[in-house]
Amino acid sequence: MAMLQGITSGLNGLGELILMAGEAIRSVRYRRPNWHDLLVQLHFVGVKSQSVVLTTGAATGMVLCAQTFFQFHKVKMDTATGAVVSVGMSSELGPVLAALMLTGRVGGAMAAELGTMKVTEQIDALRTLATHPVDYLVVPRLMALLLAAPLLTAQSVVIGIFASYLVGTRLLGIDGAYYLANMVKFTSPLDVVTGLIKSLMFGGIIALVSCYKGLDTRGGAEGVGRATTEAVVVSSIAILISNFFLTLFLTRLFKGV
Amino acid sequence: MIEVRDVRKNFGTQEVLRGVSLRIETGEAVVIIGRSGGGKSILLKHLIGLLQPDVGEVLVDGRDLAHLSERELLKVRRKFGMLFQGAALFDSQTVYENVSFVLRREGRHTKGEIDKLVAEALSMVELSGIEQKKPAELSGGMRKRVGLARAIVYRPEILLYDEPTTGLDPVAGDRIDKLIRRVWDNLNVTSIAVTHDMKSARTISNRILMLHEGRIYAEGPTASLLASTDPVVYNFVNGISLDATGHA
Repeated sequence: MAMLQGITSGLNGLGELILMAGEAIRSVRYRRPNWHDLLVQLHFVGVKSQSVVLTTGAATGMVLCAQTFFQFHKVKMDTATGAVVSVGMSSELGPVLAALMLTGRVGGAMAAELGTMKVTEQIDALRTLATHPVDYLVVPRLMALLLAAPLLTAQSVVIGIFASYLVGTRLLGIDGAYYLANMVKFTSPLDVVTGLIKSLMFGGIIALVSCYKGLDTRGGAEGVGRATTEAVVVSSIAILISNFFLTLFLTRLFKGV
Repeated sequence: MIEVRDVRKNFGTQEVLRGVSLRIETGEAVVIIGRSGGGKSILLKHLIGLLQPDVGEVLVDGRDLAHLSERELLKVRRKFGMLFQGAALFDSQTVYENVSFVLRREGRHTKGEIDKLVAEALSMVELSGIEQKKPAELSGGMRKRVGLARAIVYRPEILLYDEPTTGLDPVAGDRIDKLIRRVWDNLNVTSIAVTHDMKSARTISNRILMLHEGRIYAEGPTASLLASTDPVVYNFVNGISLDATGHA
């Protein structure tokens, strides 16, 4: 019985989230965006997330390089390390890890901010002031994440590959010319495009789930805490699951595999 | 004119409104009284379409809010201003940004006109010169007055007040009551408040409705309702609680 209620509640939430997404798309199409609000959100989502996302990218590139080298060294394929790091960072680890870091830093903050506004009646106040919460709160956050997530991912991938180059050539003794040549040879532009499309989708997931959870907050401080946790957990799981299907779909689309 | 017809509202298994009907004429100053948790604020939120009834109609100038979409409701709400119990100021914005919110969103006024209208609204609530302060820097009474300035700055036709004096000391409460009265006198608005503060009800209303057990139990001109000898009304107005046997 409890499981049935859980499924019903989950489906109900998914339906409401889809309706909110539809309202946001209609708002973007038919209404003039508020550039000031968008810039504020871009600064919060994009500029202020750089240190976290870049550190994650660099650390991932370094450890991926080291671990790949340790395995490839056994079969004398040291110079293929750069190719594995490059493809892995561009199409999988770069977008997924950047999205997970954004979920923690940005998604949680969005859910908490909107949740607090909900429980202190600020959302109701917005509605009495003839302003749709989706226009004023959801659209700038959604647009900011759709713009910032691919750019942050690109930065993260570049810094990750650069860090892996330093680790591979300076620490592990791989020849730099072979490292770069194999990287360029085996990395297709479609790997990069795949990663950027994924990051766009992940940005949308983070914004919509976090805003929905924030606007759906009930109760006081406890409700805000619950909404924040749910926003992070649901976004993270949605990113990880959708990543698998996006990999299958985009690889089949671009490479016919 | 606002008319509520047999409105019922449940939250889960809890019946909050059990068939409320009332009518408020344009230009009236009405207070809805009743016990805490009795559904007064819920009823007020129905009047502006923040909540939709499970059953019944809420008519504002003949339009039933229950059948309007959120976007259509936004247009109807332009007639309303609302002061929330906790003021509900946007805490990330300054007083100026809060008060000018609607005017800036509409984009119909120049910066100079907005500045003038904000200054007038703040002057009316006796808070001139605090435009650049953040809500966190204000006392509870000042926040409510800024909330009132935000509600009146765009000259709505109907003003709603949700527990305007709750949480304030008696002097700050009296100040809010006098402001509400002055706004009603000067701006020619319909004024609807919910409160359980009898002193406040006496000051800001011409007519009182009493909500009891989810229905309008009694109504009448302020003086006569407050002098009522009906036991439910009398006990509420005079703050008399009854024990389990029904004795005071």
